[in-house]
Amino acid sequence: MTTTAPAPTAARTGSWRGFGRLLRTETAVWLRDFAAPFFGILFPTVILLGVGLAIPGMRDPITDAPPDSVWYGLTPVATYLPTVLAMAVGTASLTVMPVTIATYREKGVLRRLSTTPMRPQGIVVAHLVINAVTTVVGAALALVVGQLVFGFVAPEQLGVVVLSFVLGMAAMFTLGMLVAAVAPRASAANAIAMSLYFPMLLLAGLWTPGPIMPEVLRQIGQFTPLGAAAQSMTTAWFEQGFPLLQLIVMAVWTVVALPVAIRLFRWS
Amino acid sequence: MVQPIVEVRNLRKTYGDKVAVDDVSFAVEPGEIFGILGPNGAGKTTTVETLAGLRHADGGTVRVLGIDTQRNPGAVRDHLGVQLQEAALHDKITVGEALRLFAAFYDDPADPDELLELLDLTPHAGVQFARLSGGQRQRLSIALALVGNPRVAILDELTTGLDPQARRSTWDLVERVRATGVTILLVTHFMDEAERLCDRLVVIDGGRVVAEGTPAGLIDGLESERTVVVRFAAEDAPRARGVLDELAARHPDVLRVDDAGAATEVAVTGSRRVLFALVPALAEADLVPEDVRTVTKSLEDVFLAVTGRQYDPQAGDAQQLEGARS
Repeated sequence: MTTTAPAPTAARTGSWRGFGRLLRTETAVWLRDFAAPFFGILFPTVILLGVGLAIPGMRDPITDAPPDSVWYGLTPVATYLPTVLAMAVGTASLTVMPVTIATYREKGVLRRLSTTPMRPQGIVVAHLVINAVTTVVGAALALVVGQLVFGFVAPEQLGVVVLSFVLGMAAMFTLGMLVAAVAPRASAANAIAMSLYFPMLLLAGLWTPGPIMPEVLRQIGQFTPLGAAAQSMTTAWFEQGFPLLQLIVMAVWTVVALPVAIRLFRWS
Repeated sequence: MVQPIVEVRNLRKTYGDKVAVDDVSFAVEPGEIFGILGPNGAGKTTTVETLAGLRHADGGTVRVLGIDTQRNPGAVRDHLGVQLQEAALHDKITVGEALRLFAAFYDDPADPDELLELLDLTPHAGVQFARLSGGQRQRLSIALALVGNPRVAILDELTTGLDPQARRSTWDLVERVRATGVTILLVTHFMDEAERLCDRLVVIDGGRVVAEGTPAGLIDGLESERTVVVRFAAEDAPRARGVLDELAARHPDVLRVDDAGAATEVAVTGSRRVLFALVPALAEADLVPEDVRTVTKSLEDVFLAVTGRQYDPQAGDAQQLEGARS
């Protein structure tokens, strides 16, 4: 069984051999959990449809704004779109990924991997990939379904919308990684994530989207990753200005929190 | 002398002011089943986890295949299989998926299907981890430790929580694995497991090696006292006790006579020649024993002899660490 094994060499201390298999297996196993794929992929669409179809007046053009305002003539459900995209970003990064990683730590999966040539970072990266793809698919699904059901105006600044979405993902996945790094157990990760998730949804406009957000919420929200993402996408979608502050806020969250998350991360 | 495949020298590991491993040294030769035996909290798991490069030693050296795993843990991972105490897989991964996944990490993996067959897991290949029985999980855990075609496999407490039948089939399995040429480092707190499986072993207590050798050698090395238990017919028993007490008083090879539990049984303890003294005395008094048996010594007696206390496999960490410091 072992006689042909070559003598070990000191050359390699870390390896990504088998990462493709790891990513495929993790995806297959992850899909068997109903909750994670549902929340990551369908939740934004469900919320968009629920808000648009169930709340009266959401599909009636806004006429109580000044006629020269950018909001005049838009449907309220359309102004909700940046919030739903931000929600797609926040759900996978904050509610699904940190709990998965904390569960793996708690069960000793990360430690078990440490004894194989695969580095435990591999499984973290695999779940970053899975959840990033989930976010994009969830956002795209909401856009397509929303377009078919409600019809939306095209974004004023498509490039800035995409940039805001990508920076929002970077900032929120960093935050999720920070939660995964410090939570000792899956239950703690879930608790921390939820206590961040709902205030962030509030600041991203889940209850008061775009034009109807109170000024104080907007002021606070612009300094949080998800609030900044929603505001930045709102500006880019409907208005002319460049959301510089919000983009900087998201970049700073990423640049500052990512090294902290990496430093605090425990494998067992 | 063969070059050792695993070598631990003066290993020391502390957590704060708790001494987990005080001073442990041993060497494992290729092809052996080498046991690390001791009560819970003795420092066994810390020793092998340091050996596998999962923990940093505070002192001493650990080498696997000649490589210092503290300095360069990555260099041996392709050749060292590790089975950790607790299960460590996603609840929904299947047996087959887990084996193929782990196989993909190694340079020269074993055939997952052959391993499934070797470990009697083929019928369960499609079963999710959460639905496996304790014995099946243990076998999967062993399979994962072997899937990289390792030259050395560390198996930590592999029969804990298994029923007697599953334990025995796991033991058979370990012997089958060794027959394929894998050197096995077996961590256990079960004396009978060590006695049955190990070619050589160290007994660890309070973070130190208190005995080292083959199971038979350790048992033979105990002081030369032997005990013979003799059972008599009920009507002979009182007279027999008198004859034997008198024998103990006058014969240099007979040290003492004790009750052996049942009223008709007498335990006679003496030198290695105690039986030679016993039989003529019984013949002379025409006492025909119903049954004669020698009391077998076990590793538990070895533990008692080297530590001065009864073996308690569940002795807690705190107590053991206390012992390590004093």
